[in-house]
Amino acid sequence: MSDATAGNLSQAAAEARRDDAAQTGPMLAADGRPLKQSLNRALRAQKLRALALIAPLLIFLLVTFVAPILDMLFRSVENQIVSETLPRTVIALEDWDAEDLPSEDIYAALAYDLHAAVERRIHTRLGSRLNYEETGLSSIFRRSGRGIDDVGEGYADQFIDLDPAWEEPATWIGLMADPDWIAEQAAWAATETEAREPVFQLAPGIADLLPETADAYRSFALALQAEARNPDSPTTEEPWNTVFLALYRDLSAGAEVGAVEGPEFARAEVVRLQEAAAAVASFTPVDLRATFADIDEGWAEMPIWTTIQTFSDPYTAGYFLAAVDLQLTPSGIEVVEENQRIYMLLFQRTMVLSLTIMGLCVILGYPIAYLLSNLPLRTSNMLLILVLLPFWTSLLVRTSAWKVLLQQEGVINDLLVWIGLVADDARLAMINNQVGTVVAMTHILLPFMILPLYSVMKTIPPSYMRAAKSLGATNWTAFRRVYFPQSVPGIGAGCILVFILSIGYYITPEIVGGRTGIFISNRIAFHISDSLNWGLAAALGSILLALVLVLYWLYDRIVGIDNVKLG
Amino acid sequence: MQDAFVSFDRVQKSYDGETLVVKDLNLAIGKGEFLTMLGPSGSGKTTCLMMLAGFETATHGEITLGGNPINNIPPHKRGIGMVFQNYALFPHMTVAENLAFPLEVRKIGKSDREAKVMRALDMVQMGDFGGRRPAQLSGGQQQRIALARALVFEPELVLMDEPLGALDKQLRETMQFEITNLAHRLGITVVYVTHDQTEALTMSDRVAVFDDGRIQQLDAPDVLYEQPQNSFVAQFIGENNTLEGTVAEMHEDMCVVRLDDGELIDALPVNVSEVGQRTKVSIRPERVEMNKDRLAPDAHTLKAEVVEFIYMGDIYRTRLRVAGHEDFVVKTRNAPDQRRLKPGERIEIGWLPQDCRALDA
Repeated sequence: MSDATAGNLSQAAAEARRDDAAQTGPMLAADGRPLKQSLNRALRAQKLRALALIAPLLIFLLVTFVAPILDMLFRSVENQIVSETLPRTVIALEDWDAEDLPSEDIYAALAYDLHAAVERRIHTRLGSRLNYEETGLSSIFRRSGRGIDDVGEGYADQFIDLDPAWEEPATWIGLMADPDWIAEQAAWAATETEAREPVFQLAPGIADLLPETADAYRSFALALQAEARNPDSPTTEEPWNTVFLALYRDLSAGAEVGAVEGPEFARAEVVRLQEAAAAVASFTPVDLRATFADIDEGWAEMPIWTTIQTFSDPYTAGYFLAAVDLQLTPSGIEVVEENQRIYMLLFQRTMVLSLTIMGLCVILGYPIAYLLSNLPLRTSNMLLILVLLPFWTSLLVRTSAWKVLLQQEGVINDLLVWIGLVADDARLAMINNQVGTVVAMTHILLPFMILPLYSVMKTIPPSYMRAAKSLGATNWTAFRRVYFPQSVPGIGAGCILVFILSIGYYITPEIVGGRTGIFISNRIAFHISDSLNWGLAAALGSILLALVLVLYWLYDRIVGIDNVKLG
Repeated sequence: MQDAFVSFDRVQKSYDGETLVVKDLNLAIGKGEFLTMLGPSGSGKTTCLMMLAGFETATHGEITLGGNPINNIPPHKRGIGMVFQNYALFPHMTVAENLAFPLEVRKIGKSDREAKVMRALDMVQMGDFGGRRPAQLSGGQQQRIALARALVFEPELVLMDEPLGALDKQLRETMQFEITNLAHRLGITVVYVTHDQTEALTMSDRVAVFDDGRIQQLDAPDVLYEQPQNSFVAQFIGENNTLEGTVAEMHEDMCVVRLDDGELIDALPVNVSEVGQRTKVSIRPERVEMNKDRLAPDAHTLKAEVVEFIYMGDIYRTRLRVAGHEDFVVKTRNAPDQRRLKPGERIEIGWLPQDCRALDA
């Protein structure tokens, strides 16, 4: 019996072998599916579970890390505020030669834009934005907000003098609004619902007949309806003076109001319009440039116009140029005046000081790490705690402690004077300058150098040094040729860590750096929280990020990122 | 030995100032000799090697190399080749650079250096591997490179610290053969540390058995195995049966020992000299005789009961209950006339007196 079983078994095994040998093409699983497919199916659950485990962190990082970085990159070039706030002006300025003050047409476009912006209360935001490029523009916009009603007032008066009906909202509705909209609006007004008024629609054909008026009236109507708290209806409000300005300009430009007929326009409105068209020739013209100059002298000067024209694109390199001490002018890219160059100096200083700090950390950290890694475990653990101790102390406390130590009446100066190395009236300035920044930051970042060094050195067996010595190398040669090359990955890791940390350091330079020891990050913080020039802050941050990435790439090319080990 | 190449003279070593790791070591190694230091871990053998290499300093005593005291010579000036347990090949250098290292630090010219490196690589049959990194080599290949590196600068003395410990059994046996072959061909002196007794027996001219900081016995492998001088050596080298008892009779070249359960056996007095002394007698499993015809007519025999019979292919290994102990092992050759015993069978065993050594208690 058992022999027979054994015989069957070996027969089966032989058949299986034959089958395997005969099979060609993709491997099949026992159920006949391709093996790869079965494997994927089997692994899918595992992969999903792994993904679910990291999902919270992934989402957290996307929201709090990736998204802000992308937002920052976007902000550094984004400049839509100009073209969104002054759309007509931006278009009108496209062909302006920037040699003489703009024409009346451009002032008219500005009038329409500014009035809409003032009603939406966004003109001051634009003022702040343009103020980054040209000081003083902010106040011009603020003053213009108060004076915008003066623009077109003269024409409004003359139209109303001609026919008081021009003062009536109904006159304008009849002329400008789509009859369907009027019906809808009437229905809406009758029901007294909570819902908003139907969105204003221009009458068909009016935009062709009176282009500027239609445009100006539409922005007037929409601005009324868009009021957040208590929206008004164009059916109850007299139009802005700029609408009268538009009407004057359309009519005096020779709009063919005689040809108006058909059911779209009420007869009375057409007649009134034709009367007005006949009368505009006798109207007293109002000089728009003078009106704006009355509001603010700045409107009658070149800088505000060149600035608007230069920064009219929705995306601008202006922030990046400013971040490297260049500026965009109508005549191209120029270096800013010497007394205003600050960012290149700061970038340079940040790099040089960061490299100095990194170098000092290597010099100070290497022997410590070497000692730690060669001591018995008990002792090295004790000492390692001393290395880690600073981590358990507040950064602010540590930095402030340096302030106590380094200041002119501080511990170190007192000691030097007491020893007699330094005269009492020639105490060393070691704080609120670059020395202070370098000393304090080296101290703070040293553990970030020691730890990777230590963990790499820990993995270098002592037998390498012994082997080198037994092969005839002196202590120094053995260290230089055998130990040091193997510790390079630790140096690399430590250097990257310290350098990247220090290049973005903010609080320590702020406290001990004084005027000459601050970093670029201090300037970024200033723009984020004080000047509120986020675009420039974003551009500075992006440059910093790019610098780090370039250095990382260089490091990878020279040393090889595979050689970086944290343990 | 007058013309000792290496000698330890009353060498002591202590790490903590309280206990001696090496106690009063005297050892002379002849030129061209392959000497193995064998012992359990913590017996002081590696410390001795490190003192010879210069990585540890002797607390007391003198070590000479070629007649010159070397206690105060730093390791890199001793000119001793060394093979480490984990090979210690420099991972950031290629094989050829590893081999060139000792030549470079000796300021040997480039062309000369390359020739020597090639010769050393060929010597260990690794001529094609000069451009590889150590991590790209298998354990056995790394071992060969480590050996070549220790030999490339032509040292007269090479130290090896358990160099084969990390290899699998088959590779280890090949390497044992190659190392001894190479050492004899080059005429170098080798001091070899291991805790593997088979390695020690197969490779060495002489073996120094270490225990408790002392050399327990220093002899050729066959002498060590067949004539252990004390019970530690008997136990440590090869398999061994130990019976305890008291000397009952002393004769010229044999004695009679009364085991603790009262039975009498014949033995060769080694460390005993008078009646009444406690002793441990040691018998090798393969020297136990189960056929009474081969013993002297008046020889003492012991009753034994088979506890376990293990078939091991070339030999049978039979575990017996003898004199109250159950760990008495007998090995017999798998020969046509040899019977396979069954557990529970009762037999009588004996041995020639010279095979049973009465050692220290």
